[in-house]
Amino acid sequence: MIETTGANPSALSSSNVQQRLTRRANLLASIRHYFDQQKLLEVETPQLSNFPVTDPQLENLQVENPRLNHQATRQPWLYLTTSPEYQMKQLLSLGSGSIYQICKSFRHETPSPKHSIEFTMLEWYRVDFDMIDLINDVTGLLKKTVSEPIMAEGIEILSYREAFLRHLLIDPFTLSREQLEDFARKKVDCHFTNQDKDIWLDLLMSHCIEPLLGQQRPCFLIDYPASQAALARIEIDAQGNAIAKRFELYIKGIELANGYHELADYDQHIRRFEQDNQRRRALGLSTRAVDQPFLEAIKLGLPNCAGVALGVDRLLLL
Amino acid sequence: MATYSTNEFKNGLKLIIDGDPCNIVENEVVKPGKGQAFNRVRLKNLKTGRAWEKTFKSGESVEGADVMDTDMEYLYCDDEFWYFMDPISFEQIPASLEAVADAKLYLKEQDSCVVTLWNGAPLTVSPPNFVELAVVETDPGLKGDTAQGGTKPATLSTGAVVRVPLFIDQGEILKIDTRTGEYVSRA
Repeated sequence: MIETTGANPSALSSSNVQQRLTRRANLLASIRHYFDQQKLLEVETPQLSNFPVTDPQLENLQVENPRLNHQATRQPWLYLTTSPEYQMKQLLSLGSGSIYQICKSFRHETPSPKHSIEFTMLEWYRVDFDMIDLINDVTGLLKKTVSEPIMAEGIEILSYREAFLRHLLIDPFTLSREQLEDFARKKVDCHFTNQDKDIWLDLLMSHCIEPLLGQQRPCFLIDYPASQAALARIEIDAQGNAIAKRFELYIKGIELANGYHELADYDQHIRRFEQDNQRRRALGLSTRAVDQPFLEAIKLGLPNCAGVALGVDRLLLL
Repeated sequence: MATYSTNEFKNGLKLIIDGDPCNIVENEVVKPGKGQAFNRVRLKNLKTGRAWEKTFKSGESVEGADVMDTDMEYLYCDDEFWYFMDPISFEQIPASLEAVADAKLYLKEQDSCVVTLWNGAPLTVSPPNFVELAVVETDPGLKGDTAQGGTKPATLSTGAVVRVPLFIDQGEILKIDTRTGEYVSRA
């Protein structure tokens, strides 16, 4: 991330600047070549939005609205998009067909070696694809664009439940919040307490499982708990658990991409946004107005599709 | 007392953890793909010296510890306390054995030490890196043996026992490295 961002120009040392710029340019060219062959249309969508995201784990960067005095809405802030998801889904609803975009995205986070406030995101949507189709598509893209030896080893598809069973010997779906907290506290010295089961799942995932994922070959972690569905479809698995048709791609312990079989149902969208705001309240965060133009687009009808966001800067760190 | 949010965490920040003052040695943000972010922090307990890893939920606030290092002059000790003086205010502060710990072996009157104060009371004491102390007891020196050869134990005026060359005699003043507890040279 730090590779290119204006936020940290010192990371660009002059000694190998040519080499690094060339590597990035070649990667972007090979991504565009892949999608060109796949007949996906490249699009550009606005990066300034009237609405922030509701996701409790994401905070937008905001800028002053310079047209405040001219607008009837009197909205003091505009929001830099955390991903082009809502804007691209509006295009899909209007009948764009499969599309991709390479753009800057912005997140209000404490900068760390793996997180920059500004980063380059590749996001694409495939009409009539489901989660597995999209996993194969991501793999196809990586094979054409990344020359790392790890790409020659095939891929692993691992469910969230299997990952916990394999690395921690517990079933994340059947354990209660109390049992999970007890278990997590034996593994990790925690300063906090929390009533949200997902916090404990996130803790175990980030501390005990993620670092082990994708060490031999790229690992697609799939079938998340329904409580972590974001805007992915929810299904019932063979064990009777409600799971989100969502995946994250890990290579060498680093998360590279996050994909969904996209939720299309309008009423469920309303409910998910309400849940986001409930969780925001529980976390002591301010609630968020829901993006109305996006909801209008969903009402109009999002085609059956799967979409994924991939961190381009992280690909360069491999 | 001030509190610090996890996004203010940095190396050297002092916090109260489980009632004890601690120092941040390392701070790493970890975040599962799309979920709660955490700060995984390596801490050092300033009372016990123990270092360990603790995880905070990003966004939570933690009480800061009012800890500061001050240069103070060592005065004397009685049965219970070691007394230090602030060279500017001339205020005298007693330090317990717990605070002085191993530093007691190298405390010489009028030496300037770094006293780490927590809420105004001594938490730890660091003697100067090098101190000059007299030998109060050792085997008689071997004349002529000034270059190589073995070592022998010598007891210093503070009670510290160090390995010294065979030519050192009782009553001599020696330069000692307090970080390693080793003999450096004759003073």
